[in-house]
Amino acid sequence: MSAPRDKFGRPIVVVTGMGVVTSLGAGKQDNWRKLTAGVSGIKTVTRFPIDGLKSTMAGTVDFVTVDPVTSTGLTERLAEMATEEALEQAAIGAKADFPGPLFLAVAPVEVEWPQRLELGRAIGKTEFGYDDMLRISGGGRYTKYHHRFMFGSVASHLAEAFGTKGSPISLSTACASGATAIQLGVEAIRRGDADAALCVATDGSVNPEAMVRFSLLSALSTQNDPPQAASKPFSKNRDGFVMAEGAGAMVLESYESATARGAKILGVVAGCGELTDSFHRTRSSPDGKPIIGCMRKTLADAGLEPEQIDHINAHGTATPENDKMEYNTTAVVFGEHLPKIPVSSNKSMVGHTISAAGAVEAVFSLLTLEHQRIPPTINYEIPDPAILFDVVGNKARDAKVTAVMSNSFGFGGQNASLILTREPV
Amino acid sequence: MTEPKSPDAKEVWITGIGIVSSLGEGLDAHWDALNGKKINIDDKRFAPYIVHPLAPVTFDAQIPKKGDQRQMEAWQRIGTYAAGLALDSAGIKGNKEILGRTDMIVAAGGGERDLAVDVAIMTADAKGNSSPAFLNERLMNDLRPTLFLAQLSNLLAGNIAIVHGVCGTSRTFMGEEAASIDAARIALARIESGQSEIALVGAAHNGERSDLLVLYEFGDYNLKEKFAPVWQREGNNGFALGSAGCFLVLESREHAEARGAKPYAKLTKVVADLAQRKQPGAVTKSLEALWPKLGIAGDSGNLITGATGAEPVTSEEKAFLRQHPGFAVRATGTMFGHTLETQFPLGLALAALSLSRGALFPPNDPSGFEVEKAGHPDQIVVLGAGHWQGEGMALVEAVK
Repeated sequence: MSAPRDKFGRPIVVVTGMGVVTSLGAGKQDNWRKLTAGVSGIKTVTRFPIDGLKSTMAGTVDFVTVDPVTSTGLTERLAEMATEEALEQAAIGAKADFPGPLFLAVAPVEVEWPQRLELGRAIGKTEFGYDDMLRISGGGRYTKYHHRFMFGSVASHLAEAFGTKGSPISLSTACASGATAIQLGVEAIRRGDADAALCVATDGSVNPEAMVRFSLLSALSTQNDPPQAASKPFSKNRDGFVMAEGAGAMVLESYESATARGAKILGVVAGCGELTDSFHRTRSSPDGKPIIGCMRKTLADAGLEPEQIDHINAHGTATPENDKMEYNTTAVVFGEHLPKIPVSSNKSMVGHTISAAGAVEAVFSLLTLEHQRIPPTINYEIPDPAILFDVVGNKARDAKVTAVMSNSFGFGGQNASLILTREPV
Repeated sequence: MTEPKSPDAKEVWITGIGIVSSLGEGLDAHWDALNGKKINIDDKRFAPYIVHPLAPVTFDAQIPKKGDQRQMEAWQRIGTYAAGLALDSAGIKGNKEILGRTDMIVAAGGGERDLAVDVAIMTADAKGNSSPAFLNERLMNDLRPTLFLAQLSNLLAGNIAIVHGVCGTSRTFMGEEAASIDAARIALARIESGQSEIALVGAAHNGERSDLLVLYEFGDYNLKEKFAPVWQREGNNGFALGSAGCFLVLESREHAEARGAKPYAKLTKVVADLAQRKQPGAVTKSLEALWPKLGIAGDSGNLITGATGAEPVTSEEKAFLRQHPGFAVRATGTMFGHTLETQFPLGLALAALSLSRGALFPPNDPSGFEVEKAGHPDQIVVLGAGHWQGEGMALVEAVK
């Protein structure tokens, strides 16, 4: 590694710590071992009754429990675990004294059913309305639920626990949130506002209403049996994504600051890009221009040509529309070079961790660079003949990987891409 | 984050303002209402709780397709409407070239619930009629499929992209009052550093929601029974939720000048903090620490605060303000109610409006804490201290 600035004169942003939790397990080691062995973390849901649901499987993180049971509480705990791992690896600052800001991608927060039902039962009547709920909500009995169900609650807990500096930012760009958290960190370091940033993305929101909501939009796979075969990115018989939980955390630093303190550099965030699609609330513009533009902006931001990308960590949700659109747009951007790029979707094994996905997959992309081994896309039995990616199907592949593009696309026209490299480019 | 501004930092202008609230819509209506000391409250609909209801608005004017309006709940319509007003005010409405590279940061909470579905499930449960499958079946059968899209925090930004074509980048910050302080802070930092040239920043809030009243009632934050101005709530503290949408167009001076746009004001500084409020006085200390970072010369001036009226934060903020008696204070909470994420952009908007009209609007406070201020302001401080966390300030200045 040479100059501390990139070819555009900006501080180079490196990664010095990473943490991850998914349905496969806690920590990079466990996740990487299972991910490269083609193990699925998708199971039939046991956390709540599945009667009456069309989709009954998810990548829940069942080995972590919180009391009281809330999705926001689990979301917070997953973030904490991933952050602890990232900070231990980075060995930066002191305990509870991280020397930079927090950017947190987090699922939108709301009062949840167990608490709502608790309130309803406390009214003491069998016919009531929101007015009656209001009458018993005050007086200090439910103060803890105010704090729990504030949107800023997860970030403020992490900011206090890890001593991040300034006002922590909680953000949502739907399924692109994790990538956006990393992008905000990169921008802060490039501006010189910070030498280090903690970027975390977390989602623990597999609950009945969340599953119903996606189900009503026909976004989820209904191939419930066997659950581990449901997520089939790039397959002809794919029928939707599988909801999942997880968290990813990254310590970003300027190259200069990381080398000055002798930190081990795990990789480089060489480029970030984002471009909004204004076509529809849930569907991509049929011409794919916003996604194409997003990938091109990211290449330009990294100062790389398409030929220099040698692996794509796809958004690859396994919805019929996403995978087709992702292929069509990627084909335009990479042209003749595309057949030489192995593509894989981690979501085949861990499911779609929604708000966390961008960061979870960025961590897996960096592990791919470290191990020079690409995790497989499992359940790839019947390739979709219209998707001509070189899919790393079913078995991990050893490959020379120097630059990975990781894509994230979300409802609301959110498109974000990252380029991760082993060395500064 | 405490570094002095880089010498290369670009000057950032506020070139567009869109406001819709309980006082009306647009800049003239708001200027007249503020000067007329107008307050619009409804103490019947959610009695004993008081809200500031949205003034009548013809949404068609900014959201022409009925289909788009149907896809949104009230908070998104309010925000999409206010965003349209801001784009009109900046003169970039319909300008595909500029809108296609306009960056957007929206501060948002979540959307409306289907209260009837909630109540049906809760009453059945209270009657003991809930089998394990009951919740799932009711949700599967009774929820409107597209309601989710009206609830997702990032779908206000999504709707603004669809309706108005703002599609450079799109980021949604969450976290109550602090979310919009940070939205302004990040948008300013990006433009100052050249990472962005033009941005749409703002928020929207529907305060006429029983489910939100329940959420804030958990913490005993709602104003009940009798309305009083924010500084006169010692015996009966709390906030009255308000409905409002407010968006600003921020752009570099070069970008504005190149297209011949006129500024309302310039946004010079935005600073933010997260005080650990377990210690009494933490908010006062946090605000004291933020104050010198604004770089204000002199000990007199003007200040617009989003003070909520809830305690203990309002008293702690007042203790800070008493240390700066030369500053004429205006609390937007009295006139607009508490609009959560929208309160800080509203403060910025009213500061820019006041600077462009050459006067600070009059006090609306029988307690005498807010005082008359004659003369032409050239700087206005905007302050936000969230009802339970998050503190921030901005400095808005006249363009000379």
